[in-house]
Amino acid sequence: MRGSSLLVQVASLARRSTLRTLRQPAVVVSAILFPMMFFAINAYGLDAATSIPGFPADSYLDFAFAFPLVQAALFGAITAGADLARDIESGFFDRLSLTPMRPSALLLGMLAGVVALGLIQGVIFLAVGVLFGVDVKSGFPGMVVLVLLTVLVALGFGGIGAMLALRTGSVEAVESAFPLFFVSIFMSSVNLPRDLIEQNWFRYIATANPISYLVEGLRSLVITGWDAQALLLGFGCAFAIIALSVAGASALLRTRVAR
Amino acid sequence: MGGGGFFSVAFAVAGRQVYKYFANPAFLAPALFPLFFFVAFAGGLTGVGDVPGFDYEPGYVAFQYVWALLQAVAMGGAFTGFSIAGDFENGFARRLLLAASNRQGIILGYTIASLVRGALTGILVTVLALLTGMPMSGGVDLFGLIGLAVLVNVAATLFGAGVAMLLRTQQAGPVIRTPIFLVLFLAPVFVPLNLLSGWLETIARLNPFTTILDAARGFLAGTPTSVVLPAYAIGVALVAIFALWAVYALRRAEKAGA
Repeated sequence: MRGSSLLVQVASLARRSTLRTLRQPAVVVSAILFPMMFFAINAYGLDAATSIPGFPADSYLDFAFAFPLVQAALFGAITAGADLARDIESGFFDRLSLTPMRPSALLLGMLAGVVALGLIQGVIFLAVGVLFGVDVKSGFPGMVVLVLLTVLVALGFGGIGAMLALRTGSVEAVESAFPLFFVSIFMSSVNLPRDLIEQNWFRYIATANPISYLVEGLRSLVITGWDAQALLLGFGCAFAIIALSVAGASALLRTRVAR
Repeated sequence: MGGGGFFSVAFAVAGRQVYKYFANPAFLAPALFPLFFFVAFAGGLTGVGDVPGFDYEPGYVAFQYVWALLQAVAMGGAFTGFSIAGDFENGFARRLLLAASNRQGIILGYTIASLVRGALTGILVTVLALLTGMPMSGGVDLFGLIGLAVLVNVAATLFGAGVAMLLRTQQAGPVIRTPIFLVLFLAPVFVPLNLLSGWLETIARLNPFTTILDAARGFLAGTPTSVVLPAYAIGVALVAIFALWAVYALRRAEKAGA
């Protein structure tokens, strides 16, 4: 790797990160199967909600389609964060520090792996969703934007996973953050539109929760078509989470390298 | 090897497990997911209670509470399975099998400890539900609800114990957790059975947990439904089947010299 550019270093670590994930069938199956299972249960379990006056979709299947995309991004982030923490625990990170390879390549490689996994998940979910009758109102261009936003959400969550890994250096600590992430998805407008949430305290939390805007951006492409406001808020939140989490992870990386 | 040995082993194992719970606040972990789900569903989905055909008198919070309570006690049973798997992995179970005068008492001991854990996590969910304004209209019928919760806890514990003693590794976790999770979710979680649609309605009708959930919701409403007897029969049958399963797994562990 001596003399190789940062791009080459990142590419080889991204390849390692992606292959490591794909070589763990349990992780891949969890990342694909669980979001789809929850989606299927929600879609049919809450179909009656479409008869609430003012509900914005005729089918709960369409309404709920954003849920597996966000949940899959979360699974990917936890997996990638745990892998990075495992590299720290196993001493790989320390050995890497002794080579000419830049430590930032490890972070960027891991994030590139998250992007690759997010892309695979987004395409698979879209294919399965359409097969089961999800009607994407924004058409094929909307599907492309849907996958793009999913990848950005995965990248943002991946940055948070990296922060946790670099801060704690513990696989267990990263994985124990899973319930917190999971709950933050449910404490958003993922199950009902915010204006139909009756409990004020829940509506306030959902309004303050950035995941609501990611969900609403993704959902708008499916149930509305092209909603500029929802998309601006969705992409805006995704970029803000990416900027903050990657900056935080970079700062933590510098601290860890200096130790 | 008489009954004295059976119960003395059971109480010794139960005492150790309960001590372990109180020495480590993580024993409340099984309550976390039911609490999260309860807050998310009861808080975010109350509008679903206005859907035509939703006729559960005590309201949507109470509707979700019953599911959260049964989930809490079932997960309490699953987590006891994780503890047993941990005991096999760290060598404690091997010493326990060598020392116990009646090994079947070990299963009863873990089950008693799981009941203590289930009771505490159930109380936690109940307190949260009452704080969020859930009405308690069941009166004496609430004992019927508690009885069903006990059966669910014991059945889940025996299932988890069987898997843990068969696999004897902490990697048994997903094998214990996933079926319990599926049984809990493939039921009328968000709306009553008559409002479910598609494949979920078909599976929910076949899922024995649906009958238990329906009866438990009836008890909370103070209007026990016609499925009370079938619900108890299913609960007792599950306990009996999983007791045999746990004893079989114990024999396998003995043969393996665990």
